[in-house]
Amino acid sequence: MTATTQTAQHGLSEHSHGAGVPIQTRYERLRSTNVSDFPAISPREEQWRYCSPDRLKGLDADVLAEFVGDLAVKHSEGVTTAWVGADHSAFGSAGIPEERPSAAAWQSAKQAYLITLPAESKSEATVEVISESNEPSAIHLIVEAKKFAEATVIIDHKGNAILSENIEIIVGDEAQLTVISIQDWNDESVHASTQMAKLGRNSKLKHLVVSLGGKTVRVASSTEFTQPGGDVEMLGMYFADAGQYLENRLYVDHAVPNCKSRVTYKGALQGEKAHTVWVGDVLIRMAAEGTDTYELNRNLLLTDGARADSVPNLEIETGKIEGAGHASASGRFDDEQLFYLQARGITELEARRLVVRGFLNEIIQQIGNEDLEARLSNSIEAELARSGS
Amino acid sequence: MSKLEIKNLHVTVDTDQGTKEILKGVDLVINSGESHAIMGPNGSGKSTLAYTIAGHPKYTVTQGEILLDGEDVLEMSVDERARAGLFLAMQYPVEIPGVSVSNFLRTAKTAIDGEAPALRTWIKDVKGAMDNLKMDSTFTERNVNEGFSGGEKKRHEILQMELLKPKFAVLDETDSGLDVDALKVVSEGVNRAKESNDFGLLLITHYTRILKYIKPDFVHVFVAGKIAEQGGPELADRLEAEGYDRYVSA
Repeated sequence: MTATTQTAQHGLSEHSHGAGVPIQTRYERLRSTNVSDFPAISPREEQWRYCSPDRLKGLDADVLAEFVGDLAVKHSEGVTTAWVGADHSAFGSAGIPEERPSAAAWQSAKQAYLITLPAESKSEATVEVISESNEPSAIHLIVEAKKFAEATVIIDHKGNAILSENIEIIVGDEAQLTVISIQDWNDESVHASTQMAKLGRNSKLKHLVVSLGGKTVRVASSTEFTQPGGDVEMLGMYFADAGQYLENRLYVDHAVPNCKSRVTYKGALQGEKAHTVWVGDVLIRMAAEGTDTYELNRNLLLTDGARADSVPNLEIETGKIEGAGHASASGRFDDEQLFYLQARGITELEARRLVVRGFLNEIIQQIGNEDLEARLSNSIEAELARSGS
Repeated sequence: MSKLEIKNLHVTVDTDQGTKEILKGVDLVINSGESHAIMGPNGSGKSTLAYTIAGHPKYTVTQGEILLDGEDVLEMSVDERARAGLFLAMQYPVEIPGVSVSNFLRTAKTAIDGEAPALRTWIKDVKGAMDNLKMDSTFTERNVNEGFSGGEKKRHEILQMELLKPKFAVLDETDSGLDVDALKVVSEGVNRAKESNDFGLLLITHYTRILKYIKPDFVHVFVAGKIAEQGGPELADRLEAEGYDRYVSA
């Protein structure tokens, strides 16, 4: 890419913190299910330095409404679903809120929708979260893959929403789980999603976040390894149009030895005030010997007036690791690229398609579901066609 | 038989210091099968002519016309010009991350021809052209111009010219940045393409060395935005001996 390309070195990204923000190790951040423990959102806090509170349309209030809309669920045999209360053993077992809107949703959604993927068998489920609300509301989902499960769960968000969501992802020992979360909301929607995964012994999670539609979509995804041998792949893809704000925050907590994490997020932006934020925190604790981690974020700016922030943070407490690295680069699709492709007979629209498709393909190919891959490809084409007018 | 006509072409470019006229009345006619060399000192406007023919948005035509078989080229968008049969081998080809050479070539061929090439012959054509240019077969899997050496970029440009089969090809300082061996390979590629497609060639160069390998029918000396002198290949020999001083100081 022609514009700016930087690869940050370990630890250097700390320098990008705003003045006056104390450097705090990642695991010291406040966690609570009680919304009143969290102060009002302020840009002085690291996690809110890009997303101003007025973007949240009330999701930072103490009390949110219950989810209004429909959960349309399809699943294979053996999968069970149920609404469960806070007394259920799964509730809160993958993690608890680190942020105000998450805590507000935790308290406001009295029950959680639990999807259980059976042990020692293959299964799949699709949950369409179809919101029909213009009030700040809350929802709580739990995805639990039992021991040795091999499962794929697609969570497909659509409709009109001002929604704070907690998704707990529990990956049992030796289980292999893929969770795909798609945010394809109508234009004015606001969505704050907190997706917390806890991985058991030798388990594997592929977590894929796709954000396309919505005024403000902020997804905070975290992975915590509880036993050795865990393997997580956190993938993301986003496409921001004029006026859209799409944020992805990641946290991988290597608390135990011999786990592996790979983070790959790619985003395309076009139009005035299209804004994306990617923040990737990786913590390798003292005990996490043998850790192998790499995180990468790439952004492609298709037009002027768009902005991509990209901040990798790597915190390492032990030197006895396999590897740890990160890379971040944002570049422009510039007039010279367009000229070059057009000079070979390719139309402007096709040129943009070619470049964006090539750029995002790395992620799309990971989905492993032909219908969904085709749908997302079509969504990207539609976004591009919109800019071509 | 095609004809590219450039008539009284005036071109300006916007700079920080205001609008500047670069081309000041260029007249040139190229027919299919002919090779024209445009030579001249730095800043004489050679590359501006190349980019104006291709339609780069940086350049504004204030006067004159460019006709391809009587059709008004200046009315066409960049991609329409390419589809009409004009090709520019660029001096500084840009990187296209995430787009493989193979995908790029096929997309361009499809755009130029208006239909996708038949797969089997296409793969054979690409392979043959690459072999001729001494390009490794893994080259097609790389992203367009990403991490290419100077020589690889130029070979890639000539590869495109060979596969897209234009009516007229403009080579903008294709010889710059090439070592002796690479210059030979690239020149042979140009000659081969010209032999099989019989296109008109406009070779823009600062130096005479590429003219040892690609024999021009006509040589035009470009100075201060227009053609100062023209002649046959012997003019290139004289420039080799005397340089551009005579034109610049005149």
